Amino acid sequence: MSRPEDILPPDLFYNDNESRKYTTSSRIRNIQADMTNRALELLDLKSPSMILDVGCGSGLSGEILSQEAPEDGGPHTWVGMDISPSMLDVALQREVEGDLFLADIGQGIPFRPGSFDAAISISAIQWLCNAESSDVSPEGRLKRFFEGLYASLRRGGRAVCQFYPKNDIQRSMISGAAIKAGFGAGMLEDDPGTKNGKLYLVLTVGGGGLQGDIRGVVNGMDDVDVLDARKKAMEVNNARPARKGDRAWIMKKKEQMERKGKVVKHNSKYTGRKRRTAF
Amino acid sequence: MKVITANFVTCAVKECKTSPTSFPLHFHDAELEMQELDFQPEFIRNVIPRIDWEGLRVTANELGFPSLPESKPEGEALGDEQTLKDLHRLLLETQVMEGKLICGNCGHEYVIKEGIANFLLPSHLV
Repeated sequence: MSRPEDILPPDLFYNDNESRKYTTSSRIRNIQADMTNRALELLDLKSPSMILDVGCGSGLSGEILSQEAPEDGGPHTWVGMDISPSMLDVALQREVEGDLFLADIGQGIPFRPGSFDAAISISAIQWLCNAESSDVSPEGRLKRFFEGLYASLRRGGRAVCQFYPKNDIQRSMISGAAIKAGFGAGMLEDDPGTKNGKLYLVLTVGGGGLQGDIRGVVNGMDDVDVLDARKKAMEVNNARPARKGDRAWIMKKKEQMERKGKVVKHNSKYTGRKRRTAF
Repeated sequence: MKVITANFVTCAVKECKTSPTSFPLHFHDAELEMQELDFQPEFIRNVIPRIDWEGLRVTANELGFPSLPESKPEGEALGDEQTLKDLHRLLLETQVMEGKLICGNCGHEYVIKEGIANFLLPSHLV
């Protein structure tokens, strides 16, 4: 299926027609509701809170925030930002309870520091990876977004952003930008490797007695495997490049030659060793 | 836009981030509407420490509300149900439907239509 991100910028793609289709499709509504509930579970809010909904669209996710049952810590008050006027128009017609802003999240988050308890974003931040004009760059927009988000959350606050990266480059670009802004970041992947795999970027702001990263968030959740990629990434960074003439280099060359179909001497413990001095 | 949101929002222009006059944004030609919402004392107690009381006094004054007490209700005062109800009425049930928000520093006007504030900036201000 083609990606809407590749077709048009979000404010133009979600015109009246697309916004209506998006909001009335029961399939999309179900997926959105599932993802919002999962995000709420990750946020783990204990009492009615002030939440920022980034890319709120027609308020499908916000509605769930308003309807959260009192025993689960709800109902929450939310503020939504979206760039598509048509989507916000649909939200108005549906009479959602949250406050709506027509704003571009790539231009920053215009709120006072420490305003929100939490932030959620459902299927929105991958749009930041596209620059629509030559005077902005995806990196710059991501930077402004995450810096603004970091500032607007209170200490100990969390943000959960579900997004659809196009490829690994986008995925690491987004998580890298979040880490640079100061967040403790981690990825949670539901149903990895399947067609309906969902990726959540879980961001934590330090302080407030929380364990500083995603491990503190998923602590006590069922069916979550923790994979720490940081050590592996360090190893890759620290690995010495094979120097010309040393054993690793010789082995690499021999493999290359073998693949080309050349006759290569077999490997032994003597491969790549120096000869002893003649005298 | 609810009054509580107006107490959190600042000017989106980069230069205004450091200026103290960019908060609160000033309401002009505001049309108000009351919208009944469920009273949640817990939410008010949770959010009160984050409210900028000076800013709220300015906003309430601009919207034509009777003046608020000089200091923020804290501790004991938050146990009083009437105080919380008044705050709930002002912060959550009062909505600005039409009007303008103007930054005290750069003078940029953010138009509010049908309760939605337009915070899109032209590219030269980003």
